[in-house]
Amino acid sequence: MADDFAIEANGLVKSYGSVQVLAGVDIRVARGGIFSLLGPNGAGKTTMVRILSTLVRPDGGTARVAGHDLLKDQRKVRRAISLTGQSVALDQRQTGEENLRMMAQLSGLSGSRARARAKELLTQFDLVEAGSRRVGTYSGGMRRRLDLAAGLVGEPSIVFLDEPTTGLDPRSRRMMWEVISGLTAAGVTIFLTTQYLEEADELAGHVALLDGGRVVAEGTPTELKERVAEQRLDVTFVDDDAFRAALGFLGERAVHREESRRTIGIATDGTAAHMRALLDEIDADRTAVTQFEVHSATLDDVFLALTGRAATRAEDQTGKADGDAEAEHEKENSGV
Amino acid sequence: MSDTATPPSRIGHWPAMSSRAARLALRDLDALLTTWILPIAIMVLFMSLFAGAIQTGTDYILYLTPGILLTCAGFGAATTAVTVNNDMTGGIVDRFRSMDISGAPVIAGHVLVGTIRTIITLVPVVGVALLYGFRSEATALDILSAVGIIALFIFAMAWLAASVGVLARSSEAANAFTFVVVFLPYPSSAYVPIHTMPGWLQPFAEYQPVTPVIETIRGLLLGTPVGDNPLLAVIWCVGIAAAGIVFCTVMFRRRTA
Repeated sequence: MADDFAIEANGLVKSYGSVQVLAGVDIRVARGGIFSLLGPNGAGKTTMVRILSTLVRPDGGTARVAGHDLLKDQRKVRRAISLTGQSVALDQRQTGEENLRMMAQLSGLSGSRARARAKELLTQFDLVEAGSRRVGTYSGGMRRRLDLAAGLVGEPSIVFLDEPTTGLDPRSRRMMWEVISGLTAAGVTIFLTTQYLEEADELAGHVALLDGGRVVAEGTPTELKERVAEQRLDVTFVDDDAFRAALGFLGERAVHREESRRTIGIATDGTAAHMRALLDEIDADRTAVTQFEVHSATLDDVFLALTGRAATRAEDQTGKADGDAEAEHEKENSGV
Repeated sequence: MSDTATPPSRIGHWPAMSSRAARLALRDLDALLTTWILPIAIMVLFMSLFAGAIQTGTDYILYLTPGILLTCAGFGAATTAVTVNNDMTGGIVDRFRSMDISGAPVIAGHVLVGTIRTIITLVPVVGVALLYGFRSEATALDILSAVGIIALFIFAMAWLAASVGVLARSSEAANAFTFVVVFLPYPSSAYVPIHTMPGWLQPFAEYQPVTPVIETIRGLLLGTPVGDNPLLAVIWCVGIAAAGIVFCTVMFRRRTA
């Protein structure tokens, strides 16, 4: 294959009824490594994944996935990719080993080779002991790991992971991150969607920020974060006079302000030395500042910096949609 | 992943999917128990409450048994509808679709296993019928033919159920299908003779698929006249199964939640 890119999409458009979900998305994903599509809920991330994994036909635009035309060579695309979606794609009433063996057989491996492949993956994902238990008894983190393993059975060249850590506790999330970053060693290309800046930052070599069905920014995590203050020192002043005086003194350096709380945010690298110096600079007499707080750059901040508007509305929806997504997962996990 | 021009054979998907369906079915104890107990419960109910009141010209157990055997198809089909629906509404269908797997082996696995599972539930029903005094003078060939027709009916109902499972938005909706298939034998000649029904219902009872199937089984087991019922029964069952197969295969790809 002569293609330079694992995935190359041009002008993908998709509407559901009168709602336009994708408004012309162009994406280039290099071979190998982790590419992350970052965005709030409702940005169109899942729709992108569903289109690129052949589940949904776009209304317009073209794409090549693993060197094959997405629309004309669906079967070839399917044999080169795997999808691990938001809902866990496992049989609760089969054991971990049975689930993997089934996927291996479906990927074209014979009985004994399927068995060997299942065993290999259970070892790789630290599920050897759990392998003989039914998936219904697994914890959320174990289920996600097995789900990820199931997506690797056929040795795909491109792996789609749609929000692989949503709903996981911090420890399980860390574990998933380790597992995911370990996958790239074999030369696999990973297409990961997430709504967590931290996750994209931790895992991805290249990030595209999706908002309102368009890619609004692209680059390495560092490049994106350079466009916002990575960390911010928020200081709250004792009265309005002190607040205004500090605003005048800081000028452009005041990257964030909240009149009602008399709070000003200043970019910082987060080290104690820098923050001590900042506080001394702003409040030499140690009387003006009553409180301070270190604020890490969030998706909100990136949004504010890159789109010129707050992601508050999107965040409200996110909160709700998150709840729904989680409820969905609960149902999934408890049922069947 | 290979990039060869000829796609690898997908024949292996069939045994993989069938053994999956078998494992899932064997481990769904609630559904297994329900499909074993309910037909017997209905038989006991009819024999205890209605046997004295219903005049069929023969021992009521002789008249009733074929009807109860078909009721098994209804309960078995309901389980198939729910199982298929769980697949379609869960995450696993997206993985299957994103692999090079067609809908046929996925759903056919459930249908085949469901059919066998349901045929097995006939055994205790026949056992209880024998306890109630059911006797047949049919030849081995007649009995075999009767079992064949029942199996064909069960197979057809399983495909109908799978279609409902593919279409339904939730397992509750798929389960509601139970009522349709379990009640279908009531307005037929399964439990009471059609001529005792109100006039407006008789045409439906006469021409709906359950009646020719029932009459064929009665004919084979009890020696009653069958007329063109065997042919009608086979046409109905094959037609329903074929429609179900086409519908499921097409909708497996089209239905994206």
